[in-house]
Amino acid sequence: MSAPLLQAQGLSVRFGGVLAVNDVSFEVQAGEVFTLIGPNGAGKTTVFNLISRIYTPTSGSITYSGPQGPMTLTDMPAHQVAGAGIARTFQNIELFEHASVLHNLLIGYHTHRQSKPWQDLLFTPRVRQAELRAREQAEKVIEFLDLQHHRDSLVAGLPYGVRKVVELGRALCTEPRLLLLDEPSSGLNVEETDDMAFWIQDIRHELGITVLMVEHDMSLVSRVSDRVLAMNQGQVLALGTPAQVQSDPGVIEAYLGSVDDVASLRRPQALPQAPTPDLAPAQKGAQR
Amino acid sequence: MQFVQLVISGVALGCIYGLIALGFVLIYKATETVSFAQGELMMLGAFGGLVCMTVLGFPFWLAVLAAMAGMALFGLLLERALIRPILGQPAFSIVMLTIGVGYVARGLITMLPGFGTDTHVLPVPYKDQLLQAGGLIVPMEQLMVMVLTAVLSGLLFALFRYTKLGIAMQASSQNQLAAYYMGIPVQRLNGLVWALAAVMAAIAGLLLAPITFVHANMGFIGLKAFPAAVVGGFTSLPGALVGGIIIGVVESLAGFYLPEGFKDIAAYVVVLIMLMVKPNGLFGERLSKKV
Amino acid sequence: MRFIFKTSYAQDLSLAKHEGHRFWYGLLGLLLLAAPWLLSEYLLAQLTFILIYSVVGLGLMMLAGFTGLFSIGHAAFLGVGAYTQAVLTNMGWPFPLAMAAAGLLSAAVGVVVGLPALRVKGIYLGIATLSFGFIVEEVFARWESVTGGNTGKTVSAPQMLGWAADTGSSFYFVCLVVTVLATLACLNLLRSPTGRAFVAIRDSEISAQSMGIHLAYYKTLSFAFSAALAGIGGALYAHQIRFLTPDQFNIIQSIDLLLMVVIGGLGFIHGVFLGAIFLIGLPQAISVVKDFLPEAIGGAPGLKAVVYGAVLVAFVLFEPMGLYGRWLKIRAYLQLFPFYRQGMFKRQKSFQKSDRLK
Repeated sequence: MSAPLLQAQGLSVRFGGVLAVNDVSFEVQAGEVFTLIGPNGAGKTTVFNLISRIYTPTSGSITYSGPQGPMTLTDMPAHQVAGAGIARTFQNIELFEHASVLHNLLIGYHTHRQSKPWQDLLFTPRVRQAELRAREQAEKVIEFLDLQHHRDSLVAGLPYGVRKVVELGRALCTEPRLLLLDEPSSGLNVEETDDMAFWIQDIRHELGITVLMVEHDMSLVSRVSDRVLAMNQGQVLALGTPAQVQSDPGVIEAYLGSVDDVASLRRPQALPQAPTPDLAPAQKGAQR
Repeated sequence: MQFVQLVISGVALGCIYGLIALGFVLIYKATETVSFAQGELMMLGAFGGLVCMTVLGFPFWLAVLAAMAGMALFGLLLERALIRPILGQPAFSIVMLTIGVGYVARGLITMLPGFGTDTHVLPVPYKDQLLQAGGLIVPMEQLMVMVLTAVLSGLLFALFRYTKLGIAMQASSQNQLAAYYMGIPVQRLNGLVWALAAVMAAIAGLLLAPITFVHANMGFIGLKAFPAAVVGGFTSLPGALVGGIIIGVVESLAGFYLPEGFKDIAAYVVVLIMLMVKPNGLFGERLSKKV
Repeated sequence: MRFIFKTSYAQDLSLAKHEGHRFWYGLLGLLLLAAPWLLSEYLLAQLTFILIYSVVGLGLMMLAGFTGLFSIGHAAFLGVGAYTQAVLTNMGWPFPLAMAAAGLLSAAVGVVVGLPALRVKGIYLGIATLSFGFIVEEVFARWESVTGGNTGKTVSAPQMLGWAADTGSSFYFVCLVVTVLATLACLNLLRSPTGRAFVAIRDSEISAQSMGIHLAYYKTLSFAFSAALAGIGGALYAHQIRFLTPDQFNIIQSIDLLLMVVIGGLGFIHGVFLGAIFLIGLPQAISVVKDFLPEAIGGAPGLKAVVYGAVLVAFVLFEPMGLYGRWLKIRAYLQLFPFYRQGMFKRQKSFQKSDRLK
């Protein structure tokens, strides 16, 4: 068993009086699709924000197998996370509104820039080569996600479903080893969710990228995930295959409430009988 | 003794800064827009009082009330005509608009016959009166400033903390669309807020006039109110006042103890120190986006 | 209606998007080169001022329009460049060296001024830059040994290797070359990763960071570049105006610069030039119209303020995209005639959302 790609150990983060994440530990193996599920407020997005270093944990650590060996993520500043090979999408879409789709994707390629600002100023041939290469990479992502006819549109005018795809594309342009997807199917209709499922599978099989995602749509979770981690109120509830986690009694209780609560749903008395409709006039009408 | 004297006059001037800063913070708290026109509104208020007293011959207290009412109306009109259409645009555009309004106000005053660019004296009843207590000499104008500022701030604090109106104002500043959904008459509220800020600017102008005289460039003093608001924290009403007093006192002391020229920039140095040490001001709140 | 048929990625990279661009800009270039022979000396001087303000405006546009960092005290950098140039030229330094020094010193001041930008945003940054503006103005007034204080400082003509650009037309060409180079520099930045990083910071700092953009580095770079351009513009300004006083670099000048970029069109390079033309042209227009106005209005010292203010208010209310935005609409109308639709450029009504939660 090779070293895990990402390992969280005893992660905890406290905001004021609220313990948003409480002693969470898990491992993500290279090449798998690992999903975090849980009711709203469970702390899933907070875990993502800890990994991308938007927040700093109050205790615990995150280790990541980088291209040059293991690194402790919790020691890195936020802007170096992408360079290490970790990309993410955001729950509420954080695209660059006043730029075109192509521009957004090219910004995703930023960590691969090879020119210094003074070279950019002069637009040396080296910069030109780098720009053409960046454009080729962006076009590959555009083809992968079928974004061709939106290429030059300003993001500000695009519908929600397309924006979600652009957000995914921008993350792919960083050429990551680990992709964090925060609720990829929220707000998407059935067809768009299907497309998303196929893309996640392609990302794993064709591009060889490990996917860590937060999701609520259980059918999508069962379709694409290898392992699932269930969280509630900042703590780990269960870890295993989708089937195992979905049948775990603790998880069911977190989502639906415990078996004892069913009694509280029963009405105190039977509903009054609804009066039977008078069918006679209709029959008379039919006979005539 | 000299020191205490300096502090007192610093506090008085600081209260003026604080009053103008209160106007900014009021508008910012309610509509998330920054108004660079407060200084010019103060100047207009002072001129309003001058017109009422000299041209129209009103007695002092009537002139004050008339000036306040006039400025309230002006604030309402300003909001209705200029600010309302552009809400939703980036904050910077609104700042530029208010700068433009300030320019127009300043220019128009110089065009009125009889005013032009001269300085005028505001005939207040307590002019040149002095309060003497234990070796200290406090001009009545400064005392009036401090007393009235205290009264006003108390009223405003109560407004925001205890009334539905105040809470509605805060709600509409944080998320206008949600405020609409909750049945808050957002546009009427905005008009009210601007009217209130204009009234406060008018009061500041009337209080300042005996000290600095009434002239078209009075509005530039309003620029010092920005450091006051920043020091206090742009979202805090008591902070604006405290910030103003701090700036006023620092300026007063710098003018006496430090070489020439430091007095003019003292306020700005304080701001920069504040932004480096405690960016959200003394009482401001730190809010960051949740992603 | 022009359709641009793209056949290679390099086409997207080039500055001239199609033949029409090359033609019209080439024509403009020829006209600008011929200007000293086409225009009177007075108009040539005005055109030189337009070029100088464009250089400064380019810097401010990169900072405010493209990186989203608003600097309300930008005249300070103009002043640093101007005084540096004055001092060095009077000491006998050749012109290009003095100008480079002016740019570098302004850039250094820009880095210092940009330090608050790393911690604060929005209005706080505006007030920080405003404060710097006042402080720098006061330094100019007090540091009499270097700047001559309030009595002013004369500036001698630019000279290099024995050749002095002391006529109107020779200095005009110097300004033209500098402006063209500055414009190319800005356009190059914008089509490269650095420019994209600026735009990313403007639109969403959190995602820019997750894309690997080091916020502090790029914000500081933007301030430095913007200040350097303002300093270079200031150096040219010093030679053109020949006599410097600290009150030339006060808050009014800073607001004039902001006026220029806002009325020109925030977020467009073309907006800089249109704004500069507006800024220099308006006082001329006012003085022409003044004679037709009644004495009380025409003679009032506040007339300029009223017109400036009214135009600014009108643009923010009715044409937020500025002069260049208006040109884009006119061009779309002409290109699509008669199919131009009324609501083409209409932005969706947006509601105010808290800036603190952005």
